[in-house]
Amino acid sequence: MQLAMFSYFGSAILISALFVLYFRNPIYSAMSLLAMFMHIAGLYVILEAEFLAGVQLLVYAGAILVLYLFVVMLLNVESRGRFIQRQTPIVVGVGILAVVEISLLILRTRFYPELPPIPHPGVETLGNTETIGMVLYTQYLFPFEIASLVLLIALVGAIVLAKGKLKFR
Amino acid sequence: MLNDLIGVLIVIAGLLFVVLTTVAYLTYLERKVLGFMQDRLGPMEVGPWGLLQPLADGIKLISKEDIIPSEANKAIFRIAPVISLVPALISFAVIPFGKNSFHFMGITTHPYITDINIGILYVLALSSVGAYGILLGGWASNSKYSLLGALRSAAQVISYELNAGMAIIGVLLLAGSLSLVKIEAAQSGGFWHWYIFPQIVAFVLYLISGIAETNRTPFDLPEAESELVAGFFTEYSGMRFSLYYLAEYMNMIIVSSIATILFLGGWNPPLPSLGFVPPFIWFMLKVYFFLFFFFWIRATLPRLRYDQLMKFGWKVMLPLSFANVIVTALVIYMVRR
Repeated sequence: MQLAMFSYFGSAILISALFVLYFRNPIYSAMSLLAMFMHIAGLYVILEAEFLAGVQLLVYAGAILVLYLFVVMLLNVESRGRFIQRQTPIVVGVGILAVVEISLLILRTRFYPELPPIPHPGVETLGNTETIGMVLYTQYLFPFEIASLVLLIALVGAIVLAKGKLKFR
Repeated sequence: MLNDLIGVLIVIAGLLFVVLTTVAYLTYLERKVLGFMQDRLGPMEVGPWGLLQPLADGIKLISKEDIIPSEANKAIFRIAPVISLVPALISFAVIPFGKNSFHFMGITTHPYITDINIGILYVLALSSVGAYGILLGGWASNSKYSLLGALRSAAQVISYELNAGMAIIGVLLLAGSLSLVKIEAAQSGGFWHWYIFPQIVAFVLYLISGIAETNRTPFDLPEAESELVAGFFTEYSGMRFSLYYLAEYMNMIIVSSIATILFLGGWNPPLPSLGFVPPFIWFMLKVYFFLFFFFWIRATLPRLRYDQLMKFGWKVMLPLSFANVIVTALVIYMVRR
């Protein structure tokens, strides 16, 4: 059952990702991207990471992709063939490199045949929202704060770019 | 296993029936309420007091011609209303509308379809997917009014969704859970336990964002008749038009239900001694109060200008909701320490 679910979501992700590149109409590409985000959320759900699935939809599908669509609709992006372009040789080279890297990583990873059992059967386990919160605000507090700082810099940068022609007093 | 499945199917069928009937009669209720507020009678012709008006409207919409503009992008034009409707419909899966589970011949029905531990996040995520229906419908119509309406609407939905999400966080901090069932249970035992009192700021913010998110007056810029004909569904007719209409009213019911659950204690009676009234009735009463509020606002307030709307959303609502989160978190930390 789980294998069937995984192969459905996995293949759907691959196919929709290919369609993102293949379509000439940028709106269709954006819609394929939406389909891909949804299937990634599905993959999270079968991994029992519901929180990540919800956030995936909320952030990527709900905010980022809508902004993409906005730009595409407002700027009337030309829909010339974007499948094969001048940088193709470079892209192929980088792609091969990436495939080699990923296969090396997979070869070196030790897979557990089964998930480790829940340690204390009597104790109620924390949901993954709580667990993510705990880890984010204790063990990974510093990277978390750095990430928010990076986002703040991006925000300030965007405002400076947009208002660059205005004179600041 | 099979009994569980049957139980869930019964709840789904019942919920669908109730929701769709409510949507149909909301249109009637809206016209009646607006009518009385404007010193008119509203629909009176079809059936006693016009009670069969929704049925007549339904027959009219189904039998109308489905016109697709020749320059439109046909595939996306066809699918956009569905993209708008389906998220609204499946959001109801996590709404807990009552207290008791019923057991009958080995079949158990719960007062909700499913209680997932990210309930509120699920509703928020789906409502953000619903924005695609509007955006794509406006784009695929290949008409300037539609496109402008769609862009306005999507911008509005995104900005106010953020406010709604931030306003909710205060309640989540108090309840300590994302599950709607647990949030309701945390507010049991009298109206002084309801989160409207400690979270009055969040309540007002959520209500305003809810009205803006559903594109209702005074935030109905996307369909401002005097500027944009009918906004993103200018080119739609017949059944596809009514799908957008259905989605709008369903979103109203969802916003009302979420406001009921988060701030008014859901199915909890206001006084413990009023527990003899079924919880389901309390839930419906509160939801209908919010729906009436929607109509009331529509009859009372004039429409905002677009730049006012955006300024209000980003410069007033968002800082206020951030302040609410910080103050709530601080108070909870001080009290619980």
